[in-house]
Amino acid sequence: MLIKKSADIGYSEVTPKSLYFNRRSFLAGIPAAFLGARELLSPSRARAGTKLPDLAKSPFSTSEKESTYNDVTHYNNFYEFGTSKEQPAEYAKNFKTTPWTVSVDGEVAKPRKYSLDDLMRVAPLEERIYRHRCVEGWSIVVPWAGYSLSALLKQVEPTPKAKFVAFQTYYDLGQMPQARYAGIELPYVEGLRIDEAMHPLTMLTLGMYGETLPPQDGAPVRLTVPWKYGFKSAKSLVKIRLVEKQPPSTWNITNAHEYGFYSNVNPAVDHPRWSQATERRLGELRRRPTLPFNGYADQVASLYTGMDLKKFY
Amino acid sequence: MLRSRWNKIALFLVCLAPFARLLWRYRTDDLTPNPIEFITHFTGDWAIRLVVATLAITPVRKLLHLPDLIRFRRMLGLFAFFYASLHFATWFGLDKGFDMHEILSDFTKRRFIIAGLVAYLCMVPLAITSTKGWIRRLGGRRWQLLHRLVYVTGVAAVIHYYWLVKSDIRLPLLYGSLVAILLAYRGAIALWPRRAPAVS
Repeated sequence: MLIKKSADIGYSEVTPKSLYFNRRSFLAGIPAAFLGARELLSPSRARAGTKLPDLAKSPFSTSEKESTYNDVTHYNNFYEFGTSKEQPAEYAKNFKTTPWTVSVDGEVAKPRKYSLDDLMRVAPLEERIYRHRCVEGWSIVVPWAGYSLSALLKQVEPTPKAKFVAFQTYYDLGQMPQARYAGIELPYVEGLRIDEAMHPLTMLTLGMYGETLPPQDGAPVRLTVPWKYGFKSAKSLVKIRLVEKQPPSTWNITNAHEYGFYSNVNPAVDHPRWSQATERRLGELRRRPTLPFNGYADQVASLYTGMDLKKFY
Repeated sequence: MLRSRWNKIALFLVCLAPFARLLWRYRTDDLTPNPIEFITHFTGDWAIRLVVATLAITPVRKLLHLPDLIRFRRMLGLFAFFYASLHFATWFGLDKGFDMHEILSDFTKRRFIIAGLVAYLCMVPLAITSTKGWIRRLGGRRWQLLHRLVYVTGVAAVIHYYWLVKSDIRLPLLYGSLVAILLAYRGAIALWPRRAPAVS
């Protein structure tokens, strides 16, 4: 498979801040003030994770500016820990993630249960700086730590019948009392086609910012699929099952009209309630254009040759 | 006690407090990682709360025999309009950046935007005609008829909220139930005037 580095939007294409801010005289001063202050405030915050050993650099990383750790840990969609963006940081604080096992089974020759330590040793951990685009129209750039999910899947030896991969995440009302208000069926389930799951960009993620994952970002192990809307990247995984038929996915069950199985980032296919043409990068005020496949088209567009992406949204 | 000038001033300050809090959160760099979304939700929350409070005045004053509550209705309504205007301006200017193309396409394609716009536009004539002069000019009866537009605002605002959320519908349902009760009370009075509780 040919893996090219994607063409990122150059800073030259971005409207200078000064021009942009002048249009907003009624709220002048807001942007510069908080952009500046936030940078100063966030690094001092205590981090929840444990430092990971040296991470290999990855050619898949973008050179775009990373989002601040504070933004990525205080603006989360993790409905098991509350439906607002601020709640997961609070309600997931004491999430107990040890011991942890992930079962990998289904259409495989060697089904296996992995402990967290096992998972840490499947392949060398790499740092990969990916763009992450939420279906709601905001985005972040995160230095994840992990490896290609394919490394794990190859260990269990999928049979020819394995056409899809189903993911299930942790669910326990005792640890997640807010989950009763989530309004979605739980446990959270997601799915990928086998070729999507085996694509080198698809990550099994065990850390971010050089540390283990904080609870609100999907500790201790999550999926990262950078060319799909964020909800496909399921958090706190407990089951990975290789299956023959397309598995159900939570948001598709909740509202099939709005959330498809594929959910590839696509500026040309609007969400029924809002446009997907632009996004707001956290830390920036002006919306920026959303790129097809979130800027990973060169690497992944070929997976969907001949498919009508309006139909398979 | 309700007639005191001071409690009008007190209510004014209470209604202004959320706005002061918003300014404070801006000053202290506490507008969350997505400030525009936060301001949008914050002002929208206060707009709908004050719309409900405005709608509650008439039933509460009749049921609790507190006729003087009427003194506060205009202020609540105008503050609802104030927060709704901030909400609208945040979306229009900060979120959409005055991009008329996107704004117009939102108007035609996004039903939750349309519901929000209906709710807001119905408030505009009410805010304009909220003065004593306008009540005189229109005449009490016509003025009252015009100001029933606030019922449309209440219903449209709830629909706007309900269509907006992804799956957690607790708050839209809460506001929806309150608006439904407050409007049902009026309906009951209109349909069965004699059985209605004694009006003071």
